[in-house]
Amino acid sequence: MSRDKHQIAAAIARDIATAHPDGAFVNLGIGQPTLVADHLPEGSGVVLHTENGMLNMGPAAAEGQVDPDLTNAGKIPVTELPGCSYFDSAASFAMMRGDHLDVCVLGAFQVSQTGDLANWHTGAPDAIPAVGGAMDLAIGARSVWVMMTLLDKQGRPKIVPECTYPLTGVGCIERVYTDLGTFEITPEGVVARDLAGTTYDELASLLAPVRLLRP
Amino acid sequence: MLTSYDDAVAGTADGSTVMVGGFGMAGMPVELIDALIRQGAKDLTIVSNNAGNGDTGLAALLAAGRVRKVVCSFPRQVDSWVFDGLYRAGEIELEVVPQGNLAERMRAAGAGIGAFFSPTGVGTPLAEGKEVREIDGRTYVLEMPIRADLALVKAHVADRLGNLVYRRTARNFGPVMCTAATTVAVQVDRVVEVGELDPESIVTPAIFVDRVVPADSVAATRTEEVA
Repeated sequence: MSRDKHQIAAAIARDIATAHPDGAFVNLGIGQPTLVADHLPEGSGVVLHTENGMLNMGPAAAEGQVDPDLTNAGKIPVTELPGCSYFDSAASFAMMRGDHLDVCVLGAFQVSQTGDLANWHTGAPDAIPAVGGAMDLAIGARSVWVMMTLLDKQGRPKIVPECTYPLTGVGCIERVYTDLGTFEITPEGVVARDLAGTTYDELASLLAPVRLLRP
Repeated sequence: MLTSYDDAVAGTADGSTVMVGGFGMAGMPVELIDALIRQGAKDLTIVSNNAGNGDTGLAALLAAGRVRKVVCSFPRQVDSWVFDGLYRAGEIELEVVPQGNLAERMRAAGAGIGAFFSPTGVGTPLAEGKEVREIDGRTYVLEMPIRADLALVKAHVADRLGNLVYRRTARNFGPVMCTAATTVAVQVDRVVEVGELDPESIVTPAIFVDRVVPADSVAATRTEEVA
């Protein structure tokens, strides 16, 4: 069985907690990566950062709690947790570029075998380019992980020899979590682990000519 | 210092560069933008994180045909139909800037920094044509300051000197925009007497602020219009 988005999010949450037993400062990209917050173990010590200027962001606001002055990067109303702080946009992005953020989880159109990321623009003639904080996050966080389906809607792999979409960042991705498994980007090649509903040989032929390695 | 919405934007010249605070609608100075629409300046360059939401605020200024160019990080949103239409019709110019570079370029302008090297965007289309330098083994791209003739900002409380505090994530670009524009107009929910704000809590010191409009001058402006 392949993993659904909640199972992928749970795997990411587990790895954050394992890699940072004393807690971590984490930014979750808009869209599916926000699901990771729902799977963080109790007492994980993870502090969520949102690019629009807040640390210790709480869950989405329930009806009746909505405050238009308190939103996340996706402009969805959220809540405060004890110990939260607010700061301006320059300080928020200094936290990324200045090597203060432990982990960032982003969505992606494509990741190359050398860790290049494409997630901001399809390059289509009628598309309106919009980058937001993606380029700052991609090069800023100490560990930048991707959460995505391994195949696009046409069934083509999104881990590729070289990105064909415009780049967000160069050599910035450390790890890719997908429905069919987790992939570490290493200098020797792409290491596949935690396969779900597939085999190493199937994945190797699917992703070729990307060099796939066993753990 | 204290003035009305219309007086706060009076004298804005055609062709001005105007910074507009807000992340989506959080921190959007809607009433100041409405005043700028009434004031009539056109051919404007807008610097803002987004390119308008729905039909109010920045979107209304765009719809009024006053904007030549938008410099922003994230124009495309579920409710950015005004910008999307103008862009697809070729009626508005767009410069996309990574959000952190956008904030830092304004910070640099306000802090008197000539330019700075940023690691953001290296190797991407947004760094094309820009000077690149390797420093201690890492590659950076040269980014220039962004200055404006006018900044329109929303804060929570001001004192009569123009010291400001903000509210929650509505702060976002307000503090850097206040430092980077020749004239800074700020609308606030309320104004308090000098000495009432905790000096330790002030986010934007009054030196960066030129004009403050308390929220209750909405009524005053509308009455004048009717009269």
